[in-house]
Amino acid sequence: MAVVGGVVGGAIGYVLGAAGIMAIRAAVGARAWEVESVTAGAWLVAVSGWLLGVGAWKYWVSPWFGRPERTYATHGWRRYFDFDTDHKVIGIQYLVTFLVMFFMAGLFAMFMRWELMRTGEDVVNADQYNAIMSLHGTMMVFVAVAATVGAFGNYVVPIMIGADDMAFPKLNALSYWLVPPVLVALTVSFAFGGYDTGWTGYAPLSVQSDVGGLFYNLAFFTLGLSSIIGGLNIIVTVVTMRAKGMTWGRLPIFVWSIFITAMMSLIFTQFVALAMLMVILDRTAGMVFFDPASGGEPLLYQHIFWFYSHPAVYIMILPAFGITLEMISHFSRKPLFAYKWAVGALLGIMGLSSVVWAHHMFTSGMAESLRKPFLASTELISIPTGVIFLSALGTLWLGKIKFTVPMLFALGVLFNFLIGGITGVFLADVPVDIQLQDTYFVVAHFHYVILGGGIFGLFGGIYYWFPKMTGKMMNSGLGKLHFWAIMLGFNVTFLPMFVIGLQGMNRRIADYTPDLEPGNKMVSMGAFFLGSSFLIFIYNFIYSWARGETAPANPWGARTLEWQIPSPPPHENFEVPPIILADPYGYGEADSLHADMGIGTLEEAKDSERV
Amino acid sequence: MVASTVLPAEHETPRITINRFGLWLFFLSESMLFAGLLVARFGLLGTEVNEEVSQSIGLLVTVILLASSYSALRAEQAAKARDRAGLVRWLTLTLVMGAIFLAGVAYEWVEAFDAFPTSTTFGTLFFTMTGVHAFHVITGLVFLLILLFNAKAGRYDEDSWPVEAGVKYWHFVDVVWVFFYPALYLI
Ligand SMILES: [Cu+2]
Repeated sequence: MAVVGGVVGGAIGYVLGAAGIMAIRAAVGARAWEVESVTAGAWLVAVSGWLLGVGAWKYWVSPWFGRPERTYATHGWRRYFDFDTDHKVIGIQYLVTFLVMFFMAGLFAMFMRWELMRTGEDVVNADQYNAIMSLHGTMMVFVAVAATVGAFGNYVVPIMIGADDMAFPKLNALSYWLVPPVLVALTVSFAFGGYDTGWTGYAPLSVQSDVGGLFYNLAFFTLGLSSIIGGLNIIVTVVTMRAKGMTWGRLPIFVWSIFITAMMSLIFTQFVALAMLMVILDRTAGMVFFDPASGGEPLLYQHIFWFYSHPAVYIMILPAFGITLEMISHFSRKPLFAYKWAVGALLGIMGLSSVVWAHHMFTSGMAESLRKPFLASTELISIPTGVIFLSALGTLWLGKIKFTVPMLFALGVLFNFLIGGITGVFLADVPVDIQLQDTYFVVAHFHYVILGGGIFGLFGGIYYWFPKMTGKMMNSGLGKLHFWAIMLGFNVTFLPMFVIGLQGMNRRIADYTPDLEPGNKMVSMGAFFLGSSFLIFIYNFIYSWARGETAPANPWGARTLEWQIPSPPPHENFEVPPIILADPYGYGEADSLHADMGIGTLEEAKDSERV
Repeated sequence: MVASTVLPAEHETPRITINRFGLWLFFLSESMLFAGLLVARFGLLGTEVNEEVSQSIGLLVTVILLASSYSALRAEQAAKARDRAGLVRWLTLTLVMGAIFLAGVAYEWVEAFDAFPTSTTFGTLFFTMTGVHAFHVITGLVFLLILLFNAKAGRYDEDSWPVEAGVKYWHFVDVVWVFFYPALYLI
């Protein structure tokens, strides 16, 4: 099996890389074996070995050396463990991998809340808490950055634009197979005792932390590589592979959101890769980027890190906006309100996202003159964000709303993100931020944005596209139960966090003063309820995939292209390339038709779009 | 009404356009990495340059690298003209010049370890910037080697896209050096 080949290739790569580094170290007179320098140097070779072993050699690189091109021989479930280039296989690989990471990170959150139920260090000690907290944050950020784009950007976007695959299918497989090494690095890090820097890995602490910290750097670096490649592929696909008649003005809003996200990944991710590289060099090569005693500058890390990581917030949230607007139109049976303004707003968010990063640094000691411009630019972002909300509300207005499970999640995104967004306006305000920096108010704010917005959007997408991806329906009763349980659990967990944050509860700490105990108890109870309600989802997901009712082609009566082909779609997606006649939101408009599928009559096509 | 429009067999954008667009996006993304390094360089040290950098080696490797861009261009032209012998000749010349560039940087590194080690700010920036650039030069050389190997076997007689991609990448690496050289040696 391909994965075995990958593991062997990775091991050989590590040994070769390590031997090379050790030879160089011996040559310059250093001790040959030193776990950090050797591993950092060997990592790239090991990852390359893994990629070649898992299938890049067999299906891609070997023809460069004159060997014959090979076609795929794998079928059935084994495809998901192979270097398969079908975008639909890769979408499912991404989805399942990141769901696994999501539930691991969720489990870590349960341990954190267990510790924080009472004052004192009674479940884990402070070091263990820091390791769990850091890994929880890192994994959740990775999930939020890559899950929706990886799963639905890959599975749905090519179909929505009428293409048979992505522009670069092999590159697509490569971007997915870079993800397992990320998971491996994080797991190895935990085995080494983890790291205590949180997901942000600020220097100089990250330079001084134990060997686990190095694996955090390597993991983030590798995930960055995967996002850049994935983003590039999506941009080229959307620009060059659209079906006849699929003009920019007819593009489904979800495709727009993924396209804009991909542009941000392509441009900004290099900066986090650079930040990680600098820390690795400070750790292993004796460099002094962040060492003030030798002329370095710790704030440089924060500037570079946030120059990526603020746009990354929009990499996490824009796909959820896309999913939300998409579903609100289909389930309100109305055209998307202010479509062009919504697209403009997404572009505006992308533009502004590059000039706000220092709002994370108001208390860092950076030049005071930088505060006001960053306050202003940050608050400006609420304008395009408001436009997205107007588009959603205008679409809902007087709609014939169908409260399906995905629609509930879309409405949940609106509710939660409203709270997350408005508290963000408070935090952008310098005097307020100085008071609230590093308190649970901030923790509550970004969980409302990322979990309440981004991850709710991801789960809405899962309920929405599950029938298309698996050919089975998910149980909608259990889906509704899951929605209401996590909606309740989420708000009971995170609303009180604003309060304890205002009372002075600091983030990233295993202990607190006794007066904060009642609030923390409530948060923990909410968190346990929230965590366990995902069991309903896991059961529903697995059971429905194995034994669910067979899904029709278009269970939601939606008009975008993916619903006009069988569930699951055939390998080449479309029997004949579709011709796009209008935008996909023509609900309630007489005689409107999104696409001519080239099969049967146009009248039949109109009927099927109207289901 | 029966939908019986004649349909194109595949999407209309030619493969070569798709490939070129992807390559340019890759350059755009990589430029951000190099821009970040330049920002770090001027952010940490302003325009200060360590006087012990070897101006003669710096100038020499720069000239050689720029010359190699010209021979790479000739290799691409040869590939497009289906001139296999010319392709092999120009690729070989490019490879040799690229290797000389690397050797020059390696020589400079040995000197620099004593003059401004990694534990100084300038050393940190110098080794990181030349190192990241050299990593790209090495990958470029690997691509050129594969191209040479395949060119000899006549594999680009039909489709010269791989040559074009390798050569464009080589130009890109050179352009980066056009920014790095003054930033590290001159300003
Ligand atoms: Cu931010």
